[in-house]
Amino acid sequence: MSLDAAIQRATAPAILPGSGGVRGALSDLFWRRPKVLLLLMLLPPVLWLGIVYIGSLFALLAQSFFSIDEFSGLINRQFTLKTYGDLFQAANLDIILRTVTMAALVTLASAIIAFPIAYYAARYARGRWKALFYLGIMLPLWSSYLVKIYAWKLILAKEGILTWLFGKLHLQWLIDAWLSLPVVGGNSLSVSFTGTFIVFVYVWLPFMILPVQAALERVPGNLVEASSDLGASPGQTFRNVLFPLALPGIVAGSIFTFSLTLGDYIIPQIIGTSRLFIGQAVYSQQGTAGNIPLAAAFTVVPIVIMGFYLWGAKRMGAFDAL
Amino acid sequence: MRSDGSQSAPLSLKIAAACGLLFLHLPILLIFVYAFTTEEKSFVWPPPGLTTQWFAVTWNRPDVWQALSLSVRVAAISTAIALVLGTLCSAAVSRTKFFGRETISLLVILPIALPGIITGIALRSAFSLADIPFSFWTIVLGHATFCVVVVYNNAVARFRRTSGSMIEASMDLGADGFQTFRHVVLPNIATALLAGGMLAFALSFDEVIVTTFTAGQQQTLPIWMLEELIRPRQRPVTNVVAMVVVLVTLLPILAAYYLTRGGDQIAGSGK
Repeated sequence: MSLDAAIQRATAPAILPGSGGVRGALSDLFWRRPKVLLLLMLLPPVLWLGIVYIGSLFALLAQSFFSIDEFSGLINRQFTLKTYGDLFQAANLDIILRTVTMAALVTLASAIIAFPIAYYAARYARGRWKALFYLGIMLPLWSSYLVKIYAWKLILAKEGILTWLFGKLHLQWLIDAWLSLPVVGGNSLSVSFTGTFIVFVYVWLPFMILPVQAALERVPGNLVEASSDLGASPGQTFRNVLFPLALPGIVAGSIFTFSLTLGDYIIPQIIGTSRLFIGQAVYSQQGTAGNIPLAAAFTVVPIVIMGFYLWGAKRMGAFDAL
Repeated sequence: MRSDGSQSAPLSLKIAAACGLLFLHLPILLIFVYAFTTEEKSFVWPPPGLTTQWFAVTWNRPDVWQALSLSVRVAAISTAIALVLGTLCSAAVSRTKFFGRETISLLVILPIALPGIITGIALRSAFSLADIPFSFWTIVLGHATFCVVVVYNNAVARFRRTSGSMIEASMDLGADGFQTFRHVVLPNIATALLAGGMLAFALSFDEVIVTTFTAGQQQTLPIWMLEELIRPRQRPVTNVVAMVVVLVTLLPILAAYYLTRGGDQIAGSGK
């Protein structure tokens, strides 16, 4: 029975007859009880994400409270905190510290490189240039992740374009001097932390540009003018007006650069040293070592770090800039 | 200083912005040069000579075709699932206010907010706990999970701009719920769905981290490339494949941009 039909019976003849059949009944039900429609709409996505995704996550977290029997290599399914204790072994702490340091440096460098691009795109680019800037950021963002890493393998190779360029400029000694430094150096750029760092910055840079640009676009132009009218130098305007207003955008971008660096295991595997990052540790623990509990405990580290990071970012108002 | 807002940028800013953009684009352009190099054994620059023979060699490689076909099939089915789930979810979230609405948004965004390795290993350990063997469908399962968010984001942005009174008008004029959906709601969100679908396709086509955990012995194109990156066997073929992948992902992104520009949120601005 439809709404029309109900009205029809109560008052004058309706303009349109009520639609019949199952289809009409369903349609009427949805109109009269929006909650039923809402429930039906929400059910498939929530079931999918809730069961497939959240279920898997909990299965993973549960396994981090298991432990592995060191002699048989079998997983002992009893609650224990021993696996978390293993995280604090010197070698594992090293991995965590290395990854967090790299993530912080990558975030800092991305912010510095991203700012001028975002600033120009937000304040000076108009019309066709604006679209060009937008696509100029969007295309590298969406280009294949592996192709981007591959491109840097070509660039950083010993016989590659960078060596050639520095040779032409008679600056080969600069690369050699840098590579002879401890920690950041190595045999060639493609097997050094410097290489890993460059590729991380390259791959995550667009994730920083977009939120910073969004934040800068919200800064009213007359604030900058007022600042310079009141006698501030461009440097002072930047420090006291622009930068504080752009900060939520930078923090929002840093969520991406930081989190993505924490979890990546492919970049350091292809361009970098043999010293592990968290992602690689997880991969090798679950794969070759077969130690799923330790791998699971390792994945909790970025989750906890990002939890604190997001909490801090939220307090700084970064989510409004997303 | 003029105050009409059209003053030009300081030179240092122009240079810094230009250098930043060059940094983003030159490495990708380099791939195009390497696809034509005659050098087989190393990544030497400048290329000793240029040739197009590698395109023919790549064309005749069955493993590349198999990987490509698997990638396309996975991306197509994942996109279809993501379109259905993403549209349903965005319609529910933007039409009504209900308890737990924020939680639903978080649930959708979570698979892409957490590092891919966590999604990957979580799915893998769940498969092993449930004794599900790796197959085409385990790959699809993983991909569809994180593709929902791009469709959702695009559709939510579009729903926000379409007025709810149009639906009421349609119902007042006697259309039932299904007719309203078919003739009023769908035409309004069609381009947003198309854009979201294309981005989801690109995302799935390119995904490697989750796939390494959810594919057994099968190779998608990114897995094939990853193998070549770790143990280079035939560099020229990899160069050509890399170039083709860049071109193939370029088109959906450009199309998605043109479909949604002028809106308050342009597709793809949050990958």
